[in-house]
Amino acid sequence: MRSKTIKVDMLARVEGEGGLTVKVKDDRVTDVKFTVFEPPRFFEAFLRGRSYDEVVDIVARICGICPVAYQMSAAHAIEMAFGVHISEEVRLLRRLLYCGEWIESHALHVFFLHAPDFLGYQDAIAMAKDHAPVVQKALQLKKVGNDLMIVIGGREIHPISVRVGGFYKMPTKAELAPIAERLKWARDAALEAVTFAAGLPFPDFERDYEYVSLRHETDYPMNEGRLVSNTGLDIAVREYDQHFEEQHVAHSNALHSVHTGKGSYLVGPLARYNLNFDRLSPVAQQAARAAGLGTAVHNPFKSIIVRAVETVYACDEALRIIDQYEQPASALAEFRPTPGVGYACTEAPRGILFHRYRINPRGLVLDAKIVPPTSQNLKMMEADLREYVTPRINTPVDKLTWQCEQVIRNFDPCISCATHFLKLTIERT
Amino acid sequence: MAGKSKPRLAVWKFASCDGCQLSLLDCEDELLAVAGAVEIANFPEASRKIEKGPYDISLVEGSITTPHDAERIHKIRRISQVLVTIGACATAGGIQALRNFKDVKDFISIVYANPSYIETLNKSTAIRDHVFVDYELRGCPINKAQLIELLSAFLNGRKPNIPNYSVCVECKLRGNTCGLVTFGPTCLGPVTQAGCNALCPTFHRGCFGCYGPKESANTSSLAETWRAQWVTSEQLVRTFRGFNAYAESFRKESEANEK
Repeated sequence: MRSKTIKVDMLARVEGEGGLTVKVKDDRVTDVKFTVFEPPRFFEAFLRGRSYDEVVDIVARICGICPVAYQMSAAHAIEMAFGVHISEEVRLLRRLLYCGEWIESHALHVFFLHAPDFLGYQDAIAMAKDHAPVVQKALQLKKVGNDLMIVIGGREIHPISVRVGGFYKMPTKAELAPIAERLKWARDAALEAVTFAAGLPFPDFERDYEYVSLRHETDYPMNEGRLVSNTGLDIAVREYDQHFEEQHVAHSNALHSVHTGKGSYLVGPLARYNLNFDRLSPVAQQAARAAGLGTAVHNPFKSIIVRAVETVYACDEALRIIDQYEQPASALAEFRPTPGVGYACTEAPRGILFHRYRINPRGLVLDAKIVPPTSQNLKMMEADLREYVTPRINTPVDKLTWQCEQVIRNFDPCISCATHFLKLTIERT
Repeated sequence: MAGKSKPRLAVWKFASCDGCQLSLLDCEDELLAVAGAVEIANFPEASRKIEKGPYDISLVEGSITTPHDAERIHKIRRISQVLVTIGACATAGGIQALRNFKDVKDFISIVYANPSYIETLNKSTAIRDHVFVDYELRGCPINKAQLIELLSAFLNGRKPNIPNYSVCVECKLRGNTCGLVTFGPTCLGPVTQAGCNALCPTFHRGCFGCYGPKESANTSSLAETWRAQWVTSEQLVRTFRGFNAYAESFRKESEANEK
């Protein structure tokens, strides 16, 4: 009997704190766990009784890397509850703000969290010793994303301008002009990032996922659209609860989201890309083709290329929006808080982020439900570990450990996001 | 410092959103210089290379919310020459300290299907409540320029130059019209420590206290002013119960206004 355990107590280069364990016995994978020991923070609980106009700022604090995603899902869900229709200018500016977050978050993941794996470095700082121009350019690309968020939202982490019904303040066209010049540079830098990512060595590993993302009539999805999948799902966001559920899984300490009656599914860049390739701008499509990608990608390691393609798109889309943007007379739609339930799903950099709020006649939250992308991907992370390790069981443990970490980093997991509903475990050693 | 090894930096995470340690990675123009000046010995979000302590400086993000973390922070203190807390979670318990005003059991059952699995403390508390802290950097999130200033001060053996006056001072320096007058009364600027450069008032909204109470904040006077403008007790309590709800003067003011 031969057995071995691959164990990573503290998974590095992910957001938040988690670890992984893969147990092997007699050339068979017997157990796979992606453990989360990040403490729970109870957001859904303390949102109860808070005023609708505080929610956008509170939920931003679930995640420092994707606060805009939380602000977007919250604002749109509450607007749905109140029946508020935001103006076209507000719609565009929110999309522009989201572009900033996509650029910042994707640049961080592509170059600082993910690329070092492919090139055999412990981190991007060590990578910078051999690839200084790449890392320096990546930092500047990330900075353009952050600066776009600063122009619109005041700061890059937990921006402060978004509110239910619109914005507290919207920039003038002139205020956006300087960042447009830098976005042109960033688009070129992102195109280089696609070439860089496409040149990395990829293991031969394809998966048969159910991909779930938003799909919009005309745009690559960010704030609006229907929820669709490659296996026939096509629903309004308000129907989410009828199609997805959270389950206890025996081998895992975490609750996992599943597509009811179908099982695990994948959200994030691969899902968006595969379901919405036709909605990418010509520049982004061209970059993808030049990188050798088809209209669908099934190798999760290649998500690094897709993130780079989406970064090109986000720069391109930001330029398109800035070009047509005019500061409106009012930054806020007129509305009154009314009792009701609102739902929204938006595309965080890591995938769909679902929010549901029930609001009372005084505008206070009665209950809230938040399903972050990472919790939707948890089940698939474990499935990928199992699939990846099984045919590679005889790889030396240290090499396989590194590869297992990489399998998880493919998902760009955001563990702080996931923990307001994950069971706490204390397996830290 | 020729011949001497570089100071060793560690970054630690407790209950938090990750935003404050992300601020270090968001120092795009300075990051490589920082990495040249210190040895980043333990920063799991950025590197899988984890080196054992002791460390010359530890940056601690997040609040203490579990029995395990209450022990872990003591271990970190023991291996850290200088321990600096960063952000509202670490300095005041963060937004998750809202549990401190309720029975945490109710909170658990709202979020989790099986409450018996959850191991958590009744309160979310600041790092200072558990171990000696050498310096606190406020903010939700922290200001990255202040973080660089702090690291630079540490490297040069001087005190960091970080103001402790109120947001009002920053507002005046920016030439903003007073928010208490123009966009509704509930601006926490007069009692909140500076650091954001009066961001919210500049965006036409009241300050909501990201940097926590300034030194000797007169919260009761501010509350009195709000009540004179028909702000309800309920609203008043909520306003003081934000990201720094459990910072002493904000906590006392919210409790004083609770029925």
